[in-house]
Amino acid sequence: MRLRGVYFAVAAGSFRRYATYRIATAAGVFTNTVFGIILAYTFTALWSERPHLGGYDQSQALTFVWTGQAILAAAALIGGGFQEELQERIRTGDVAVDLYRPVDLQMWWLSADLGRAAFHLLGRGIAPVVVGSFLFELALPVSPLAWLAFLVSVTLGVVTGFALRYLFALSAFWLLDGAGLNMLSTLLSMFFSGMLLPLTVFPGAFGEVVRALPWAATMQVPADVLLGQYEGARLSEAYTFQAVWAVVLMAAGRALQSLATRKVVVQGG
Amino acid sequence: MDEDFIVLEGLEKVFQVRRRAGRLRRERREVRAVDGISFTVRRGEMVGYIGPNGAGKSTTIKMLTGILTPSGGRLRVAGVDPSRERTRLARRIGVVFGQRTTLWWDLPLRDSYALMRRMYRIPEARFRENLERCVELLDLGGLLEVPVRQLSLGQRMRGDITAALLHDPDVLYLDEPTIGLDVVSKATVRRFLSGLNATEGTTVLLTTHDLTDIEQLCKRVMVIDEGRLMYDGELSGLHEVGESERTLVVDLERELPPIEGVDGARTVRTDGPRQWLAFPASASAAPIVSQIADGWPLVDLSVREPDIEDVIARMYGAS
Amino acid sequence: MAEPQADTDGVTETETASAAARAVPAPAGSVRTGAGPATRNGPARRDPWDVPPEGLLTRLGWGVRAYCFIAAMWIRSTMAYRTSFVMMAAGSFVSSVLDFVAIMIMFSHVDSLAGFSLHEVALLYGMSATSLGLADLLLGSFDRVGTRVRDGTMDTMLVRPVPALAQVAADRFALRRLGRIGQALLVLGWALAGLRLEGGVWALPLLAVTVLGGTAIFGSVFVLGGAFQFIAQDAAEVQNSFTYGGATLLEYPPTVFAKDVVRGVTFMIPLAFVNWLPALRLLGRDDPLGLPGWADFAGPAVAAGCCALAGLAWRAGLRAYRSTGS
Repeated sequence: MRLRGVYFAVAAGSFRRYATYRIATAAGVFTNTVFGIILAYTFTALWSERPHLGGYDQSQALTFVWTGQAILAAAALIGGGFQEELQERIRTGDVAVDLYRPVDLQMWWLSADLGRAAFHLLGRGIAPVVVGSFLFELALPVSPLAWLAFLVSVTLGVVTGFALRYLFALSAFWLLDGAGLNMLSTLLSMFFSGMLLPLTVFPGAFGEVVRALPWAATMQVPADVLLGQYEGARLSEAYTFQAVWAVVLMAAGRALQSLATRKVVVQGG
Repeated sequence: MDEDFIVLEGLEKVFQVRRRAGRLRRERREVRAVDGISFTVRRGEMVGYIGPNGAGKSTTIKMLTGILTPSGGRLRVAGVDPSRERTRLARRIGVVFGQRTTLWWDLPLRDSYALMRRMYRIPEARFRENLERCVELLDLGGLLEVPVRQLSLGQRMRGDITAALLHDPDVLYLDEPTIGLDVVSKATVRRFLSGLNATEGTTVLLTTHDLTDIEQLCKRVMVIDEGRLMYDGELSGLHEVGESERTLVVDLERELPPIEGVDGARTVRTDGPRQWLAFPASASAAPIVSQIADGWPLVDLSVREPDIEDVIARMYGAS
Repeated sequence: MAEPQADTDGVTETETASAAARAVPAPAGSVRTGAGPATRNGPARRDPWDVPPEGLLTRLGWGVRAYCFIAAMWIRSTMAYRTSFVMMAAGSFVSSVLDFVAIMIMFSHVDSLAGFSLHEVALLYGMSATSLGLADLLLGSFDRVGTRVRDGTMDTMLVRPVPALAQVAADRFALRRLGRIGQALLVLGWALAGLRLEGGVWALPLLAVTVLGGTAIFGSVFVLGGAFQFIAQDAAEVQNSFTYGGATLLEYPPTVFAKDVVRGVTFMIPLAFVNWLPALRLLGRDDPLGLPGWADFAGPAVAAGCCALAGLAWRAGLRAYRSTGS
C-alpha cells in the first residue's frame, strides 16, 4: 500500500518535472506541427490517387496523421523519455544503488514514464491536433465515449512502448554505445508503429506480420480506436492485443533485469 | 609586469535574473555576483580565494579565464584582457574545475592527453617530460589506459590537474580542487601543488571550501562575500581581523555550576563535568589555566585553536 | 553604448568597452587588509611564451585542423571496439532503409505521386538524404549545445585554445553515420540507373554541387540551432523541424505541397536550393514557382550565404552566453 503511494508520487513528480521544460514543450509542439503538415500533404497526394487506401477515406487518413503527431511524444516514439537517463545511470554505475532500493526498478521507471507520457499527451499532443484541424479537414469523433476508449488504448500503448524501450535501455549493461542502439530503437518504432505510413497500407504477408508486432500497439491501434475502426466487441480485441504485448514485454524486461542484477552483483557494482 | 601579473580593478559582473513571480508576471532582478573587486597577484604567488557558496568565487575564475565577459572594471592576466583574447590566453593558463572534468569522459586518459598536446601545440619532448613528471608525482601510473568515466573522483582530479599542466601554464586556476576527495588524494594533490609552485614558479589561484587547503598551501588568502572582497592578506591575520577566540576545554571531577569569575575568560558551554571557556586568541592560556586549577577540581584540560570557519563566519556576520 | 570593437577572439565587446571607460577602483575602506602577503621569489619560468595575435584566416585554418584531429581521435577510440562500430553502422544502414521502404510501399499502391514516378521521387530522396547525412556526419553534435550549457561542460571548451565551434562540431564524431549516407547513395544510384537526366554532361556535376551545397545548408541549420540553444537551452528539438523535417519535405515532389509551403521553403528557409530546383531541372520539369532559370544554379551562393549567417549567429550566441553565464 505504501509502495503504491511511492509509485504514484514518482509519476506525479515526473509529470511536474516535464511540465517545467516550457521551452522544450514549445519546441516539441512546433516540430510535431511541422512534421504533421508535411505528412498531411503527402497523405493527401496519396489518398487522392487511391481514395480508400488502407480502409481510410481522405479525412480519416489526415486524422491518422495528426493523431500520430499527438501520440508521438507521449509514446516516446522518437526516443526521449527515460531511456537516456537510465542508460546514463548504467554507464556511471549509479544503477547499482537503484537495484538495492526497496522499490522495483522496472516499476519505478514505468511510473516515471507514465507521468511523463501524461504530460506529453496534454502538453504536446493537443496543440498540434488543434492546428491540424484548422488547416485540414479531419474526422475527429464527437462522442466522449470514443475519446475515453482512445485514452485507454493510448495508456496501453504507452505501457507497451515503455516495455520495449526498457529492453533497449537495459542492453546498455552489455553494450558500450547506447546512442546507436537508441537510434535503432527510434527508427524501428517510427516505421513499425505506423508513424511514417499506416500499417493498414502495408501490403500482403508483410503487412500481416507488421500489424502483429508490438510497435503496432503503440500508435496504429490507438489511432484506429479513435477513428472508430474497432466497434463494439472488436474494441476488446484491440485492447487484448495491446495488453498481451505489454505483459509479455514487461516480463521479458523483468527477466533481463534479473540477468543485469546478477551481472552487477558479480562485478561488485 | 611580474609584480602585476594578475590585475583586477573594480571588477564587476552583473547578471539579469528573471524570476517568476506569480502565474504570468516575471520579475527582473539584478544580481551583482562580483561587485567591484580589486587586487593584484604577483607572478609565482599562491593565493587562496575563499567565501561561502554564491559569493562570486567561480564567477571571478570564469572572468579570469575569459569564459565570462566582465560587466565592469578592468582585468588583465599577463597583460592580456582575458575576455578579448580568450583563445590566445588559453595557452598560458591551466584550469581545473573540481565539480566537472575537462577530460573526455569516454576516452582513456592517454588519449585525452594526446588531444591536449595537439590543442595546445606542445612540443613532443616537452609533452613527454611533463606527462612523465605528473604521472610520477600524482601517482597515475596504472591509470593512463582507463577511460575517464571509470576513474574514482580522486583519480579523476589528479588526471585533471595533469591535463591542466601539460602545456606549462604560467597561471593555474583551481576551482574547488579537493572537493569530495578522500584524505589520501587530498594530501597527494596538496603536496603536488606546493611542489609545483616551488619548482616551476607557477602562479596558483585556488578557490576552496576546505580551509586546510589554504592553511597548507597559501600564505595569502582573499575572502569574498556577496561579490565583495572582505579580506586580503596573510592567513594568520584573519584571526586578528575576525576577533577570534580560542577555547579552553576543562574536565572537572564532577558536575558543577558554570565556572565564573575567571579573568579574561567566560564559560560558553557545559556538558556534565565538562565545560568550555572562550578567551581571546591573542591572550595566553596559562593565567586562565592556573586560576581554574586553584579554584576548581580540575581533572584534564585542552586548548582548541580557533576554527577558521568560525572566524570567517563571524566576518560575514559583521558585514 | 560605446562603439563596438572587433577583437581577435571574433567577438565584439560593447560591454567591456563601455565598462572600462567608467572603471573606478573599489573603495579601499571596504577591504580589510592583514599583514600583507609575504614576499617569496619564485624561480624563473623555463620558457615564457608569447603567442602572437591571430588573423581570421589563421583562426579558420587552425579551427579546421583542430576539428580534424579531434574527429580523428573519436574515430580511433570507436575503432577500439570494432564489432560495436560495425553493428552500429549496419544498424544505421538498415534502419534508414526502412525510411525508403515506406515510400516504396506508397508506390506499391500508386504509379505516381503528384505526377512523379518512383524513380523520380528516389532521385529527390537520394539527393536530400545524402546532403542531410553528410551534414549530420560532419556536424551532428550541435543538438548537444543546450546540454553542455546546462551541465557546464561548455566552460571547459571555452578554456581551451581551440575555437568552440570546432570543438562542438567535432564532439563525438561518429563514423557510424556513414551507414545512413550509404543508404542514401544507394537510393540515389538506383534512381540514376532508372532515369534519363536532362542537361547532358552537366547533369552529374550539377548533381554533385547540389548535394554538397545542400550539405552546407543543412550544416548551417545545425549551427544555427546550436546557437539558438545558447539562449533557449531546451530548444534542441526546433532544429529537427528544419533538418529532419526539411529533409523529409524535400524527399517528396514540390507538387505534393501547397504553393505557400513551397514558397516558404524556397525563400524563408532556402532549403529548396538543396534539392527541388536543381532536381526539377535535371528531370526536365517546370518549377512550380516559375523562378528564372538562373535560380537553379544559385545553390552554391545561397549555401555560402547560409554558412556566413550561421557563423554570425554562432558568434552572437556565444557572446550572449559569455555575458550571461548559464
